[in-house]
Amino acid sequence: MKPTNRNGLTRLFYNPTARSLFFQALVLGGLLWFVLTIVGNVTTNLNARGISSGFGFLSQPAGFGISQSLIEYNETFTFGRTFFVGLLNTLLVSAMGVVAATILGVFVGISRISPNWLLRKISMVYIEILRNIPLLLQIFFWYYVVLQTLPRPRDSLSFGETIFINIRGVFMPKPMAETGFALYVGLLVAAVVGVIFLGQWAKRRMRDTGQQFPVFWTSVAILLGTLVLGFFITGRPIALDYPELRGLNFRGGMSLIPELIALWFALTIYTSTYIGEIVRSGIQSVSHGQTEACRALGLNEKQRMNLVVLPQAMRVMIPPMTSQYLNLTKNSSLATAIGYPDLVSVFAGTTLNQTGQAIEIITMTMLVYLTISLLVSAFMNWFNKRVALVER
Amino acid sequence: MEKFIPIPSRPAPVVEVGLIGWMRKNLFSSIPNTLVTLFTVYMMWIVLVPFLNWAFISADWIGDSRQDCDSGGACWVFVTVRWNLFMYGFYPEDSYWRPNLAFILLLGILVWLSVPRLPFKKWVAIAALTVYPVAAYTLLYGGFGLDVIPTHRWGGLMLTLVLALIGIVVAIPIGILLALGRRSEMPVIRMVCVIFIEFWRGVPLITILFMASVMLPLFFAGGTDADKLMRALIGIVMFQSAYMAEVVRGGLQALSKGQFEGADALGLSYWQKMNLVVLPQALKIMIPGIVNTLISLFKDTSLIVIIGLLDVLGMVRQALADPAWLGYPAEGYLFAAFMFWIFCFSMSRYSIYLEDRLNTGHRK
Repeated sequence: MKPTNRNGLTRLFYNPTARSLFFQALVLGGLLWFVLTIVGNVTTNLNARGISSGFGFLSQPAGFGISQSLIEYNETFTFGRTFFVGLLNTLLVSAMGVVAATILGVFVGISRISPNWLLRKISMVYIEILRNIPLLLQIFFWYYVVLQTLPRPRDSLSFGETIFINIRGVFMPKPMAETGFALYVGLLVAAVVGVIFLGQWAKRRMRDTGQQFPVFWTSVAILLGTLVLGFFITGRPIALDYPELRGLNFRGGMSLIPELIALWFALTIYTSTYIGEIVRSGIQSVSHGQTEACRALGLNEKQRMNLVVLPQAMRVMIPPMTSQYLNLTKNSSLATAIGYPDLVSVFAGTTLNQTGQAIEIITMTMLVYLTISLLVSAFMNWFNKRVALVER
Repeated sequence: MEKFIPIPSRPAPVVEVGLIGWMRKNLFSSIPNTLVTLFTVYMMWIVLVPFLNWAFISADWIGDSRQDCDSGGACWVFVTVRWNLFMYGFYPEDSYWRPNLAFILLLGILVWLSVPRLPFKKWVAIAALTVYPVAAYTLLYGGFGLDVIPTHRWGGLMLTLVLALIGIVVAIPIGILLALGRRSEMPVIRMVCVIFIEFWRGVPLITILFMASVMLPLFFAGGTDADKLMRALIGIVMFQSAYMAEVVRGGLQALSKGQFEGADALGLSYWQKMNLVVLPQALKIMIPGIVNTLISLFKDTSLIVIIGLLDVLGMVRQALADPAWLGYPAEGYLFAAFMFWIFCFSMSRYSIYLEDRLNTGHRK
């Protein structure tokens, strides 16, 4: 074959390094042009509308109330404060949702593989119905249909005259710290530390001598004992502030607002369908040979589950579980549809409407979610690497 | 000697076979199991029976005002009198044939593509991606002699379908490019793709829609007020293509490295390698994943209610606020839920069917 005679430019064209550099420069240039155009447009548009940019608005007084706040807040606080109020409310409903969805999801997942045919079918129907209906619709359903059937405050459902449920929410007694509270907390911490040490000691003894120790029941006894006995020894350091019906609504105590309840229920139920499927497929991914080997070794059902199946199933379950938890956190932003004061509703909603600082506020809101996502995935990657199967 | 005749084998005990045997094995195998069964049956009895009674037996189906709802059950009249609004939004009534025709064409294409035995799949697919969008746009929006119907009159189920379909069709090519870019050997391109994907995946769709409705107008020169539906679509497509990219990446990673190396060894160029060797195999693996993203996109379209577009859910909510029909939220929301459920459930069944059919040896 005749060697092709190439001049300098053609050679450069066929040179992989030069080509890749050229394309990258092209992409970078295009991107730069795009960003500059947008920045230019935004500045002209903002000037035309007379909006000043910058984060100065964060220190101006907000002037609106928020129905639920974990930190002290009223109308005189700043817009910066509304950001934290919203953020904490988002984290609150996400944490509540993650805990409840995990419990319900594990229950549903185990029901899916239960030996009981009826339970199996019912949990399948539960999953197939609820995960094919948009979450937003479920939130609306809980808020506008289910919770609206609750009675008015005057005829609240009451549980032992301490917990009241009505259309305005759930009202519960609020624990108040009194003298001796620090001592009580100290005792509880000591008990927990003791239980951890007990567990480690039992594990060591099991490894060295083969003798088992009833760690679980001893721990329960220690913890419950400290909880009850310590309460009386330290002189009843917790008093309860009971809610009372005054006029049209309850005063005192703690309350869950109906928006929180609706959002929490909907998030929990929707996510539990996904977690249920993850749990089921995780357990089913452990090969049947493992079960047979356990029987051959003479392990009982509980030991088989705890020592062999679950540790292997966890490995499969952790990555999808993490993404479900993240989804739940992101989905909690739907709060804005029913007016639960979360980050999007308070900050990207009310604050945005009052200040008009669209770019700053939307960017801050997005960055919060992005940070949460990236932090959790970084942590999970690290954790996943730790439990991952070490192949030789 | 007498011939040995074994007595005929006796039938299995009646408690071991048939319905009774099945129930003993599956419902009453142990004491806890029996308790679970009894408890579940009891719960079903107290929940399901009143519900079925409310929703079907003592429900009102026919009529044209709320006076026709007097039997104490569900008032489905609420839905039937507004059926057209729930389906088409405020689309002019004499033009309903246009979305209907567009939908029937689409249905035809989908059936053609999904029934394995029909021929000319490739040409139908090409037509679906080139001719059909133009035709559907003309039918829905107007032009070529048809009256223009502005997008703010679109609504109901029609709007949901339009959003989901455009979202998926535009997101697939962008997603493929992003996924290829993420695996590229050029660091700048890889970085750009990774940042793009992780950004859109890390934020909730609702903030993206807010961004599309309040920030996007500032991005265009002269502060053009782009169409509201258009802005929502841009947001949805960005969001969806990032998820699509991850599905494609999953498909690419499922291919063995030998395929890439084999194509390189044959001297194929990058695009030849991708188009002839990698993507045909990877796309097949990805189809269930694509259907799953389509399902979640379909559910996510309901969020446009929050920025003021009226899909099925939005139309239902508007109907619920009608002073003449106050007090039927359960009927309204159950109807909207059923609409979404029917579509999502059938798509998920189809995805399971595909997974079985395409399982030709790539997965262990």
